Amino acid sequence: MPKLTLDDLAKIREKTKRLTTIRVGGEYRAKVCVHMGTCGIAAGARTIMNALMKELEEREIHDVLLTNSGCAGLCSREPMATVEVAGQAPVKYVDLTEKKIKEIFEKHVLGGKIVQEYALGIGSEKTDY
Amino acid sequence: MNHANITEILNKYQGDESSLIAILQDIQEEYSYLPREALVQVSKEMNVPLSRVLSLATFFRAFSLKPKGKHSVHVCLGTACHVRGAQRVLEKFERELGLKSGETSEDLLFSLDAVRCLGCCGLAPVVQVGEEVHGKITPAKVTGVIKKYRK
Amino acid sequence: MAEMAKEKAYRIHLMVCAGTGCVSNNAFGIKAALEREVKKQGLENEVLIVTTGCNGFCERGPLLVVQPGSIFYQQLTEKDIPHLVEEHFLKGRPVKKLMYTPPKEKTPVPVLSDIDFFKKQVLIALRNRGLIDPEKIDEYIARDGYKAVAKALTEMAPEQVITEIANSGLRGRGGAGFPTGLKWQMVRNAPASNGSLKYLICNGDEGDPGAFMDRSILEADPHSVIEGMVIGARAVGASEGFVYVRNEYPLAIKRMNIAIEQARDYGLLGNNILGTGFDFDIKIVRGAGAFVCGEETALIASVEGRLGEPRTRPPYPAQSGLWEKPTLINNVETWANVPIIIDRGAKWYASIGTLTSKGTKVFSLVGKINNTGLVEVPMGIALREIIYDIGGGIPGGKEFKAVQTGGPSGGCIPKEQLDLPIDYESLTAAGSMMGSGGMVVMDEDTCMVDVARYFLTFTKDESCGKCTPCREGTKAMLDIITRITEGKGTEEDLTLLEDMAHAVKDSSLCGLGKTAPNPVLTTLRYFRNEYEAHIRDRKCPAHVCRQLNVYTIDENRCLTVGKGCDLCRRNCASDAIRGAKNEAHRIVQEKCIKCGVCYDVCNFGAVKVD
Ligand SMILES: Cc1cc2nc3c(=O)[nH]c(=O)nc-3n(C[C@H](O)[C@H](O)[C@H](O)COP(=O)(O)O)c2cc1C
Ligand code: FES
Ligand code: FES
Repeated sequence: MPKLTLDDLAKIREKTKRLTTIRVGGEYRAKVCVHMGTCGIAAGARTIMNALMKELEEREIHDVLLTNSGCAGLCSREPMATVEVAGQAPVKYVDLTEKKIKEIFEKHVLGGKIVQEYALGIGSEKTDY
Repeated sequence: MNHANITEILNKYQGDESSLIAILQDIQEEYSYLPREALVQVSKEMNVPLSRVLSLATFFRAFSLKPKGKHSVHVCLGTACHVRGAQRVLEKFERELGLKSGETSEDLLFSLDAVRCLGCCGLAPVVQVGEEVHGKITPAKVTGVIKKYRK
Repeated sequence: MAEMAKEKAYRIHLMVCAGTGCVSNNAFGIKAALEREVKKQGLENEVLIVTTGCNGFCERGPLLVVQPGSIFYQQLTEKDIPHLVEEHFLKGRPVKKLMYTPPKEKTPVPVLSDIDFFKKQVLIALRNRGLIDPEKIDEYIARDGYKAVAKALTEMAPEQVITEIANSGLRGRGGAGFPTGLKWQMVRNAPASNGSLKYLICNGDEGDPGAFMDRSILEADPHSVIEGMVIGARAVGASEGFVYVRNEYPLAIKRMNIAIEQARDYGLLGNNILGTGFDFDIKIVRGAGAFVCGEETALIASVEGRLGEPRTRPPYPAQSGLWEKPTLINNVETWANVPIIIDRGAKWYASIGTLTSKGTKVFSLVGKINNTGLVEVPMGIALREIIYDIGGGIPGGKEFKAVQTGGPSGGCIPKEQLDLPIDYESLTAAGSMMGSGGMVVMDEDTCMVDVARYFLTFTKDESCGKCTPCREGTKAMLDIITRITEGKGTEEDLTLLEDMAHAVKDSSLCGLGKTAPNPVLTTLRYFRNEYEAHIRDRKCPAHVCRQLNVYTIDENRCLTVGKGCDLCRRNCASDAIRGAKNEAHRIVQEKCIKCGVCYDVCNFGAVKVD
């Protein structure tokens, strides 16, 4: 028996590729940007970020880009996040909680449907990368 | 000198004659030079004439027949370093250490050698002391480098 | 194989350069600081720290590239790290002051691919640079690594592999530029006498002083070399390979060892590779510090445990090499090009470069140039583009004088030829050669006679002494040039030098002697006026040849600015300086041995040289 078959090699490639796509700027189905200025962090942006990391990990999703940015200038509505599904305008969500972001992830990021209830505005800004 | 060490090195290569150079490299690494007794032992146990062992030991730059200092200072005189003033860096080391290139201090603390390219040409001029590489060296920085190792 | 475990994903990858240049600039200190701060900010589940091989822009080390987005941070110190981690990774605000700002400009350029140094580069041999951890085989595989080997072993006949390499137009990157496909065919055709053994060698001796491409490939992407070798072994029918690495490259040896172990673990080396029934394994051989051992026949001798002396060819190693068996020897960079050619096809590769020189070449761009580092450019690019667009020109507002390519076997190309396209033929026509890829830039402060003397000193020292023209010829030429640099040369010396250069070129045994006169011949050809200045005017225009310099002290400056600091007198080796503390100093010319120490030590610019 060979130690590694062609199939095994392909599997290793696929898996590691997924884990390292962010190094080479592959295709993303969506970008989520959590606003993490001092105000955002104080308002609980870390919880939002952690919740998103957990979603990605549990669902083994590698084509959603998770980034953060500084203060979005609307400190009273923190925590905030911007979701940008490929080919669509970015949507800003405000007053987030862990529960809300999970719902947004499920419906908007994966399902492509904007969660109007939590959204502040559409097409307000582009994420950095 | 510990004969067991040499024997251990020799055993690793199981008398394979094509490994002569590798054996000498291991001895050089262990003692920082090739002690005469070690060469004699190699010649005997490998069953090759001492003259052949000696010719290898003198042909290659990596080998030294004299003990080296605790800190071996290698000043790069590769092309990149040369055009960026390495010669003056070497001279400064010679003055500061009171050694000529190729010599070892009496207290066996330093030895000084000029070498040809350490492969960090982007940081020329380059000096290597032991394992540590110092880049963008000027004659003015030499005193500081030496101080670091003179404790 | 067992079901693969779920692997953790991170949203930020920090690519820390751990090439030799950056390591000497405290890259590991930076890495430790990053680990500390990431933990402190509670980001350890979001941020992954990766160590990579040389990123190329060594001048600016230590370096960190943040992914996604390729944000390029440079010249980092440990003190910068807490702020960087908090601002960029926690709060998402990239830190401008740690980014690269081109000389003479004010705004930083955040993204790596927007920086001039990287813009014109085309990465083929260095395709994985900065993107993988060289000690992790999976990361190489993710970059389509070992895909070519699978193809060559399962879908292609050995002849097809050779045809593909031949059609790609790949030529040896170790110096001479011999067509790789042709060499492979020769080894394949060679009858394997007594037994069926054939050998493979990777030449990683990299003797050109001022070049570090091969080192960088071995350190940053060792699997690309291994994969190339497995493909080559299959094509020519070899069962055992050797990687010969220069003794001065401990990190390269370490990384190569790890890579070989991992490839064996995965069954990509050893018996029955990928279940195809093909067997091949690789050993590392450490060089022992002799330039001539880069020459293939000398290298083979030293792998056999003999003195590293070249022998006459033919027979070529392809016919009778290691232990008199047919042996395929290629350079590190040549090997690294092989997998991607097989993977992407000869046609793709041949579409890059010029008619006779295909693909790219890696150069180590060093010397008197702003952006020193490692660059990979398509063949045919103009010298000017490398020096000014990528290299950022000459530091300190000085004027470009020449660029030296090909190391001790090459020559100096003057500024009149800045538009020369870089390919094998043009460089040879200019009197130099491609060589292995050293590119040493020289400015107005470089003396070309001194450069010729430098290389002759090198070749004289490194001549193995076996053949007379090389041993005696280099020495005689060096004597003449030394005489000239000391102001004792005559007009006849130039003719003598030229004649001797041609004689050594024509009658030496191996490439070392045959090419040793090149630095002399090119400097004579392009910079004869500098030789003449040394001979007629007894002057070194660049003030490098110290025996021709006259050192004096500006007494006024010494007294008023330096307050007669007395440093020069105390350092003078020949007691040639008169004066005392708080007094103006002066040099007694008759006693001066022109060592230049006073000039070096004076902190006030009071010592003048003419
Ligand atoms: C004096 C001398 C030194 C050489 N040094 C090297 C070297 O350091 N690295 C290298 O790859 N080839 C070197 N070569 C070229 C080798 O002999 C050989 O041509 C080369 O390894 C073949 O590989 P390639 O066809 O892939 O270039 C040297 C040749 C001579 C004459
Ligand atoms: S020339 Fe000095 S390190 Fe290469
Ligand atoms: S070593 Fe870091 S860029 Fe070359």
